Amino acid sequence: MVSFWAFGREGEMVRELVPEFERRNPGLRVDVQQVPWTAAHEKLLTAYVGNATPDVAQLGNTWIAEFVALEALAPLDERLAGSRAIARGDFFAGAWDANVLDGATWGVPWYVDTRVLFYRSDLMAASGAPWPPRTWAEWREAMARVRRVGGAGERYAILMPIDEWDKPVLLGLQAGAPLLAGGGRRGAFRDPRFRRALAFYVDLYASGLAPPLTSSGVSNLYQQFEEGYFAMLVTGPWNLGEFRNRLPASMQERWATAPLPPPDAAAGYPGVSLAGGSSLVLFRDAAGHEGAWKLVEFLCEPAQQARFYELSGDLPARRSAWALTALDADPRAAAFREQLGAVVPMPKVPEWEQIATRVAERVEEVVRGASTLDAALAGLDADVDRMLEKRRWLLDRAAAAPAER
Amino acid sequence: MKAPAPARPGTPYERHAGWLLVAPALLAILLFFALPVAAGFVLSFTDFDLYAVADPANARWIGVENYRRLLLDPLFWRALGNTLFLVVVGGPLTLAAALGGALLVNSRLARLRGVYRTIFFAPVVTTLVAVAVVWRYLYHPRVGLLNHLLGLVGLPAVDWLGDPRWAMLAITLLTVWRTFGYSLVILVAGLQAIPESLYEAARLDGASWRQQLVHVTLPMLRPALLFVSVINTVGFFQIFAEPYVMTRGGPLNATLSIALLMYQQGFRWWNMGRAAAVAFVLFALILLISAAQAPLRRRAA
Repeated sequence: MVSFWAFGREGEMVRELVPEFERRNPGLRVDVQQVPWTAAHEKLLTAYVGNATPDVAQLGNTWIAEFVALEALAPLDERLAGSRAIARGDFFAGAWDANVLDGATWGVPWYVDTRVLFYRSDLMAASGAPWPPRTWAEWREAMARVRRVGGAGERYAILMPIDEWDKPVLLGLQAGAPLLAGGGRRGAFRDPRFRRALAFYVDLYASGLAPPLTSSGVSNLYQQFEEGYFAMLVTGPWNLGEFRNRLPASMQERWATAPLPPPDAAAGYPGVSLAGGSSLVLFRDAAGHEGAWKLVEFLCEPAQQARFYELSGDLPARRSAWALTALDADPRAAAFREQLGAVVPMPKVPEWEQIATRVAERVEEVVRGASTLDAALAGLDADVDRMLEKRRWLLDRAAAAPAER
Repeated sequence: MKAPAPARPGTPYERHAGWLLVAPALLAILLFFALPVAAGFVLSFTDFDLYAVADPANARWIGVENYRRLLLDPLFWRALGNTLFLVVVGGPLTLAAALGGALLVNSRLARLRGVYRTIFFAPVVTTLVAVAVVWRYLYHPRVGLLNHLLGLVGLPAVDWLGDPRWAMLAITLLTVWRTFGYSLVILVAGLQAIPESLYEAARLDGASWRQQLVHVTLPMLRPALLFVSVINTVGFFQIFAEPYVMTRGGPLNATLSIALLMYQQGFRWWNMGRAAAVAFVLFALILLISAAQAPLRRRAA
């Protein structure tokens, strides 16, 4: 018996893969628990406190640091070294890196998620701008031109809700900002590289290229895209399916995707993007559970990853799985494939989500003109330093008593 | 009700029997109320967090630091301000709406009183999540009914839930709409308890409808009005569900309430110590407000 927790739609779709696993492993049964995403984090933590963790679970890869801090997960390095099914080189490197912390590997990427540029190909062509952009300067120029392309009604170049953290963080990472300093002991948002990224971001609103809307102010993304209210969107793979299903047939030849441009040509194309997605982890109590590890290996097989993509639309974490699907022939997925070659994980500290929320709040203040860029960044560093106080104390204590662990 | 007969001094057995009878209830209160509250109070003096969940040795006794930092945290004052806004603006609005509705429902001149009563009470028993979907449409900046109405009288559109200046008012209106039905029912009961003879006497003296309202209805309704305002104040101080469902505290924390702050600290960031401190500050505030209203209540009674 292997207990497996998966979240949201993934939890529903993965059930389809289980019969094949049980057929191949007579005597092993898999109990799939589907947990809604909104309840997932809380449920995992309460399960941990109550000693009722599953054997295997899907874990958003930004949660790994937190569960490592809880000492809830089993390190996988020994098993990976002896595994023939899982070949590290076949996975997207950035996505794999998100699972490595303190010199150990804690999860195996199951599916990957990142951000690329979705755009209206007809409008971009009409703007006459060089496309796709190879630097921020070209990107900015293309935005300015597409805004001027005629047409009735309001027209913006790009839609980026002002209360989301992913775009500012993404641009910061592109510019080479470390985000945190000293092994995740302090905030490093006053770093000139992050400042540069944020200045670029804020200017898009100040210049009227992006509407200063919050995510709740976006009523119907797909309709607004169709109307030409905006020409570009920085978003993730789930929208490949959504755009295909929700936009009318007449629109289907008029949208495309491109990797994100880097700040400068010297940074190499494409610019980096976020390494998101979910990993499969083994909980500590299941460290010696052969069946649990077999399930992880099974779900990571290229054939199963390909099948899971067909069921869920989640992008496979292994390159060889892409060749088994329609993804290889899809030009819109090609942008994702190219982008996934240049993804970097978020800072691996348990406080990251809290920090990201604060980034969104401070950046929103700047966009709204309630704060200046430098004041917001100084405030952000002060906030983040306070959030990391406990972590600093723990790290210092561990450093003072190295024999303890 | 008749006064009970004076109790005879019972045998020792009988006197203990009383304790025995309330023991199950007392035990339940002790186990499920007193103990957790005491534990929460202790927790509020520690920095119990996610790391401490892993290993209790990672928790530190930090004295009043949680309280000190809370009082220094602009976010707390923001949350307190938002909550007070609801109490100060939403309280009177609820009372006015409830009183108006109660007079209408109770009036013998109005037709379809049962229908009104149902309509007014329906929001109280409707699921908030369903309500939120509809209200989000009403508040929508581009297609919302509210902005359409503003447009009809020549006023500019407002981004109700997206603009920090308006969001708390939007939440307040929703909360008033959702809660006034409950107050209304209590006020209707209060109205029906006013003896008809008082109105007859007033009418004989030639009092107008307005004079009857000011000199008969309102004074007689005072205990009910006070009760309702105390209940509403306490309820509004604990406001959680409406901002949680509509805005999650945003935009820019403009709708963050104290209870929502507590939830975020506790269950989003697992800063249990700080969340416990928020809980006790909220408790102290409500205690203070209720105590301040107590003399009023006594005078009314």
